[in-house]
Amino acid sequence: MESQIKKLHGLMQSRQISCQELTQNYLDAMERDNIKINAYVNPTAELAMETAKAVDKKIASGEELSPLAGIPMTLKDNISTKGIETTCCSNILKGYYPIYDATVWDILQRQNAVLLGKTNMDEFAMGSSCETSCFGGALNPHDLSRVAGGSSGGVASAVGGNLAVYGLGSDTGGSIRQPASFCGLVGLKPTYGAVSRYGLIAYASSFDQIGPITATVEDAALIYDAISRYDEKDSTCRGNTGKPVSESLNNSIKGMKIGIAKEYFDGIRDDVNGAVQNALKVCESLGAEIVYFDMPALKYSLPVYYILACAEASSNLGRYDGIRYGYRTPHYGDRNEMICKTRSEGFGREVKRRILLGTYVLSAGYYDAYYKKAQNLRGTLVKAFQDAFGKCDAILAPTVPMTAFPLNFTAQDAVETYQTDICTVPVNIAGLPAVSIPCGFDAAGLPIGMQLIGSSFSEAVILNIAHQYESAVGNTVFRSADMGVKL
Amino acid sequence: MSNYELVCGLETHIELSTKTKIFCSCTTEFGGDPNTHCCPVCIGLPGTLPKLNKKVVEYAVMAGLATNCEISPVSKMDRKNYVYPDLPKAYQISQYDMPLCKNGYVELSNGRKVRILRIHIEEDAGKLVHQRGSTYVDYNRGGVPLIEIVTEPDIRSIDEAREYLERLQLVMRFLGISDCKMQEGSMRCDVNVSVRPQGTEAFGTRTEIKNMNSFTHMAKAMEYEVNRQIDLLQSGEKVVQETRRYNEEDDCTESMRGKEDAHDYRYFREPDLVTIQVSEETVAQLREKLPELPHQRLERYRAEFGIPEADAQQLIKYRRIADYFEAAIDGVQNPKVVANCMIGQIFSRLDGDSAKESFQVNVTPENLNALVKLLDEGKIKMNLLKATLEKMLDTGKAPGELISEADMGGVDADALKSVCEQAIASNPNAVSDYLSGKEKALKAILGSVMKATRGRADAMEAEKLLIQLIQGANAK
Repeated sequence: MESQIKKLHGLMQSRQISCQELTQNYLDAMERDNIKINAYVNPTAELAMETAKAVDKKIASGEELSPLAGIPMTLKDNISTKGIETTCCSNILKGYYPIYDATVWDILQRQNAVLLGKTNMDEFAMGSSCETSCFGGALNPHDLSRVAGGSSGGVASAVGGNLAVYGLGSDTGGSIRQPASFCGLVGLKPTYGAVSRYGLIAYASSFDQIGPITATVEDAALIYDAISRYDEKDSTCRGNTGKPVSESLNNSIKGMKIGIAKEYFDGIRDDVNGAVQNALKVCESLGAEIVYFDMPALKYSLPVYYILACAEASSNLGRYDGIRYGYRTPHYGDRNEMICKTRSEGFGREVKRRILLGTYVLSAGYYDAYYKKAQNLRGTLVKAFQDAFGKCDAILAPTVPMTAFPLNFTAQDAVETYQTDICTVPVNIAGLPAVSIPCGFDAAGLPIGMQLIGSSFSEAVILNIAHQYESAVGNTVFRSADMGVKL
Repeated sequence: MSNYELVCGLETHIELSTKTKIFCSCTTEFGGDPNTHCCPVCIGLPGTLPKLNKKVVEYAVMAGLATNCEISPVSKMDRKNYVYPDLPKAYQISQYDMPLCKNGYVELSNGRKVRILRIHIEEDAGKLVHQRGSTYVDYNRGGVPLIEIVTEPDIRSIDEAREYLERLQLVMRFLGISDCKMQEGSMRCDVNVSVRPQGTEAFGTRTEIKNMNSFTHMAKAMEYEVNRQIDLLQSGEKVVQETRRYNEEDDCTESMRGKEDAHDYRYFREPDLVTIQVSEETVAQLREKLPELPHQRLERYRAEFGIPEADAQQLIKYRRIADYFEAAIDGVQNPKVVANCMIGQIFSRLDGDSAKESFQVNVTPENLNALVKLLDEGKIKMNLLKATLEKMLDTGKAPGELISEADMGGVDADALKSVCEQAIASNPNAVSDYLSGKEKALKAILGSVMKATRGRADAMEAEKLLIQLIQGANAK
């Protein structure tokens, strides 16, 4: 599939469309269609037109611009934007205007990215359906009775509904890949440390990673190349030290070893399993070799993830106390009451559940039984992946055991919902890169996604395989929504 | 006290004097308008990340080396979670199970060693300001680097506690890593106190007195607490393990919180920071960079210069004074003269500890050095040196400007004799007093001799001559 970014870049460079016209198209479409899918929670039309104007000037003066210049895009509402309200879709952060920019936004601004607005998400990135947002959930552009997925559902809904060319989300346990899978898009979760987290409002610091949701693999590669920079403000960030990954997309995958770990297919819906098996055959036809093995450690993924992520979340969310920014309860006596009521009223149920769980597993007396044990198992999982990458170049697995949930499905049983993260959380535990790409549809016509998982900093490898697959299956990729901008 | 023995350990917090904060590039300067030394990182805004200041690790390693600690090649930062408005992230970034330095000691003058369990680095919190019924938060101090030095319970008397703390303060000041001003909070300590019957081994139940900010308060608080605990035990009651605070007004300690309210800090590894690695090379380089420490200087002053220990103590008590002394003795034949000038004349112009600490005097060490060298070269006598130093202290001028060429020559024997005769002639009362046995009267006559020669005369010689002349005249 053709890179949307390159296509639009070409149109602007050849003066077939101005950046202002392009941007206006998106703003008009948002005006018309956002009400249907609730992808945007805070449009930034004025800023977008301002940037577009500046880009047109630069194009007119013949200035050489990056491929990302003038491309209308969106940011998940947990990425800090100076002077633009950033709420994490939580009541407790309503009215919070950051006084600094996240590093990724800083990078993209320098490349003249056109920000259309901030997009919907599960509150503080906790959820698998986008329904925990205080603004109500974003809907799946392909079926409005279904969720867009979580937690970066707004980004997937916007890109899937043609209300943005691409968007940046964050992936703590699958929050980029799962909604990308639900909306028929490409979602890249980069290696932990490849992209700066500075300015990303933390959910679970040792898992969080910013990445793109795009229509094509090539777009994902272009965005990754732009944002995977060393940042001295984030001690854990190295950036991509290799060559740009977009240069490796057209390599042949002949002789590459694609691994299949049978644990990834336990409890997967049949149609999802079938679609992934078909994709495997496509890869084989491209010359890849399939390697089968077991990864028994994968069965610890969910408890390890939910213990460690909630532990970190309970600490990261302690700062929302109504003292310095965001929501403060209007009625209180003393300071303690103010903090308690502010938090009770400001946080939603899912966030409270995870804070309590995290506080519990870190408490004296329970630490060894839960947190410490989970830390040890984290090591076991890292080792299991290292062993696996001794046998193959990439692992292929379903992204989600099913397709997009009907609305309110996740509200019924938290634990059952957590189990739908089974295929996505392992790479976050091990800090590895993974890309989700569409690989078919279910009987209802909903997209099915699969993911390619690589060893640390092997984005070039997994995006190469993904791009070769995408090129091979061509137009069968699902991206139909009858809304948004049509160019 | 007599039947009981004190068992005490200290936890001392010391603010490091790095230029910037521990996790961002804000200034660490004391004071400033509230919340002017702040950035998104040190006020913990959502999405911000800490970045460890390398200098903090260096300073902490130096503190460890100067207190005989082992330096951990690998350590990490942890989060200590608790909610308080002066702590903007609701956790303090500190070190828990892998401190940077451990197993050291400080030796006291009685030869006993106070073992140091650990030294770790952490960030300071902000400050609450209570005004007109409201509470405000000032985060200027938030993120200022601290080291916490924790001892084993090796201290056995209040004097030992004070000496340990004084030594620690001195060492840190010599390292130049902290000004250790208790009154400004850059050094503060928590004291763990328990008592046990003399001769027994088992520890009694301890209480912790928080946040002592002066030596005097610490001594008073400990004294009160020891007596309180002994009284309890003697009346058959039990000491309760708890945290207490010192009440200055009533000179007592009072309960802050009991053991049952003890915080559960939910420590866990700080995921935003990478492991701290200190190579053997770095340790060796820092060891090389360590200045001569106070006890080493004291020994040198005593052994090489013959300066009495009490005087040497005064010279090393503050880093600035010790450095001034070092500069002033450069190339001088008898450093003791410099020491006497400083202790006798210069110190008398300084009022109190803080004046000594800042040591702002009119005379540069170079000028003092030049003055004492004039004595070495025989160009002036001791009394002219002293008089000139007074003038230097008044005016800030160099000795050369105050002592003319003419002043420098001595007074020859003939001239001295005639001056002495004149002095005797113009002080008849003093002469008769002297002859009637009041030896002190001679000083008055000597005074006018010195005045007439503007201090150039050798006082000893002049005195001898005066006695000769008076007794000679009397014998006639």
